[in-house]
Amino acid sequence: MLAAFGKNRALVSSLLRGGNGGDGASAAAVWAVSKRFMSASGDSITVREALNSAIDEEMTADSKVFVMGEEVGEYQGAYKVTKGLLQKFGPDRVLDTPITEAGFTGLGVGAAMYGLKPIVEFMTFNFAMQAIDHLINSAAKTNYMSGGTINVPIVFRGPNGAAAGVAAQHSQCFAAWYGQVPGLKVLVPYDAEDARGLMKAAIRDPDPVVFLENELLYGESFPVSKEVLDPSFTLPIGKAKIMREGSDLTIVTFSKMVGYALKAADELAKEGISVEVVNLRSIRPLDRETINASVRKTSRLLCLEEGWPQHGVCAEICASVVEESFYYLDAPVERICGADVPMPYAANLERLAVPQIDDVIRAARRICFRKQDKRKATA
Amino acid sequence: MQKPPPTHPPLPSRLLRPLPFLPFLLLRLGRLILARPPPVLLNVVSSCCCVACSSPPWLPSPLFVSRCRSLTLDGPFLAPTLVARVVRKLSFRCQSSKLLLGAGCVAGKKAPLSSGGGNVRGAVSASKAVTEKPNSGSKSDKADLLVTKDEGLELYEDMVLGRSFEDMCAQMYYRGKMFGFVHLYNGQEAVSTGFIKLLKQTDFVTSTYRDHVHALSKGVPARQVMAELFGKSTGCCRGQGGSMHMFSAEHGLLGGFAFIGEGIPVAVGAAFTSKYKREVLKEEGDMPVSIAFFGDGTANNGQFFECLNMAQLWKLPVIFVVENNLWAIGMSHYRSTSDPEIWKKGPAFGMASAHVDGMDVLKVREVAKEAVERARRGDGPTLIECETYRFRGHSLADPDELRAPAEKAHYAARDPIVALKKYLLDNEIATEAELKSIEKKIDEVVEDAVEFADASPLPGRSQLLENVFADPKGFGIGPDGRYRCEDPGFTAGTAQV
Repeated sequence: MLAAFGKNRALVSSLLRGGNGGDGASAAAVWAVSKRFMSASGDSITVREALNSAIDEEMTADSKVFVMGEEVGEYQGAYKVTKGLLQKFGPDRVLDTPITEAGFTGLGVGAAMYGLKPIVEFMTFNFAMQAIDHLINSAAKTNYMSGGTINVPIVFRGPNGAAAGVAAQHSQCFAAWYGQVPGLKVLVPYDAEDARGLMKAAIRDPDPVVFLENELLYGESFPVSKEVLDPSFTLPIGKAKIMREGSDLTIVTFSKMVGYALKAADELAKEGISVEVVNLRSIRPLDRETINASVRKTSRLLCLEEGWPQHGVCAEICASVVEESFYYLDAPVERICGADVPMPYAANLERLAVPQIDDVIRAARRICFRKQDKRKATA
Repeated sequence: MQKPPPTHPPLPSRLLRPLPFLPFLLLRLGRLILARPPPVLLNVVSSCCCVACSSPPWLPSPLFVSRCRSLTLDGPFLAPTLVARVVRKLSFRCQSSKLLLGAGCVAGKKAPLSSGGGNVRGAVSASKAVTEKPNSGSKSDKADLLVTKDEGLELYEDMVLGRSFEDMCAQMYYRGKMFGFVHLYNGQEAVSTGFIKLLKQTDFVTSTYRDHVHALSKGVPARQVMAELFGKSTGCCRGQGGSMHMFSAEHGLLGGFAFIGEGIPVAVGAAFTSKYKREVLKEEGDMPVSIAFFGDGTANNGQFFECLNMAQLWKLPVIFVVENNLWAIGMSHYRSTSDPEIWKKGPAFGMASAHVDGMDVLKVREVAKEAVERARRGDGPTLIECETYRFRGHSLADPDELRAPAEKAHYAARDPIVALKKYLLDNEIATEAELKSIEKKIDEVVEDAVEFADASPLPGRSQLLENVFADPKGFGIGPDGRYRCEDPGFTAGTAQV
């Protein structure tokens, strides 16, 4: 790698300036070296770096893209996702806003209507509730209301869902709320590959995109292939990913819960239950094809989400499967959701309010061995 | 040899200084003469006061502005007789004009406020400067002192409690006993103590996430606050709220809100209830007032302006207290606000407003007294901007890299506790020994709070589903046809929800 660095010094500097130098493979290798945060052992980046690099590259490629939000500039981002962008692109394109969610969201929508491509950051999506009027009424509905003449190519991004010990007003999951609105695209990345690909796709998309990240995933590292690091890498919106193949049970989930499902799948494999884990990646449009194809293969469904159960994402998935794959099901569909309470602060209550890996394992056993008494299986 | 230029303007031109502002004054007088004959005399008196004191007369005393409005005879809350009102106003005006004059005479040389940009933050600041001793060196006349001994010690104790508690919170956080977001109040104690110590238990306070010290000042026991921070069931919210959501119905603490700006409409609503109970339900007794504490960042939020309008429109007994510590996480107040002088936003809505040095508890207390009395009398809301500073970062997770060390040092030198201690000692209101004993007592209180919180139990599993609704039937009917809450296993967490 060091040799590569020496040979390709010009390439490195062109890449640092934001170009796409040379052929994909060597460019990616050099990019990997030039970024000091890359681990020496292989290509592995954190979700935070993935998002940062995606936004960086898109801003370089298209000067209409700008970032706006609280603390995105001088503070380097409340969660450091926009680190270095102010230094690179200047205060005209990386705007620190006052604490005026409704105002600056509306401002972003207006800018998008007139031709720019804003990326509006909410410190958490809880704060977006102060701006939800603009998200839905101005951004989502405008293309329809204007008969297709005015579109809104805006991206709303920020952490969503529960973090650790931040209590009721900072821990709500909004996937179901935004997923219900026609006119919005709602993306929920899990790993670094998802984060990079979906963020680039979202920025290039001509419609309003709600990009729900997860605070606890920002620091997690994931291995990525060379294609992912390429500046032109995007993922299609509306396509789920099969993270792990299986034959006995399908677990459909998104965001942080994908990690839990994968760990549960490893445990269950020891017991002989082969679990297929589907990472939704996109809440709207929901990839019903992949979900149903998977359920038809395994004949059992377990949905998993962090948000509240009533009218949640899992409710929609269950409805879709029951409607389309009813005769393939060997067991009733099941959902594991967050407890139907505002998030408590106390640490032990918080653990009880959010699904844990044990809950997934227990539910999986229950579904697979349905003949057993429900209460016994719960124990 | 050239004569050196005069260092002070010669006397005549100083007297002529108000000259450019005469048209403004005449206009005001003219308007009032045409509209309302009685108040003319009073306005002349107060306009002279403005000229006499050192505050620039083009910024009319905000209290003066308010008085013009409140002397109108329309509005739903007429006092019984005009004469009674005029007499009351006159006596109040004389009092406050003394205050204004006092400010002019004593605080001749105010230290310029140097925090970046040299913005003028001049406006009326109440009463004597605490840090300036009378030049004669003799003991102050008892009548000139701003606090009695009991009051002084009470203020000192409350501020020391706030400071010690927050320092202990930091220790506990780094030891892992506290988690999540913890926002500390170090440096701003004068604001909390200055306002809340004038309130009764029936009055209301709302706050933001920086609410530990507001809770303590309002009377919530330190044990309960510490237990809440540890997430134990003996906390003031039974461990379900946490650092940012302190509530206490008993002490009139309506939160603790994580979203800034959220507490302001809630405080206005509590004020509305006070007024409603008095006017509609005809309840007797003093009208409870509410105070909304919030920061400089909140003053850019839409909810703030909406509430200023409604509160003034309906003359609600609410006080808006801006704890302007110049920073909203990492965003400087001057970078995010088109006009950094927040107190000016009050007169735009016709509201009385003031700016006060929030590092000086006695000044804060003077202004607060006036505002609370106004509210209790039914004269409406007040907006008070307190210039203060937080000695620590925004939260315990904030690296605090953006604030200049010079700025931090400037405000550290104006530590409110040190200033009050100096005042008490210099004016011989208290002895060193008494203050030391207070500090010792507070140390014990805080230690005891930590021990209590440590020894308290975690909330039981059954507490998870409790208190979602006041009426637990809100959980609906279960599959067996009965209300879920009637299932004995319901809150034990073993029932299926």
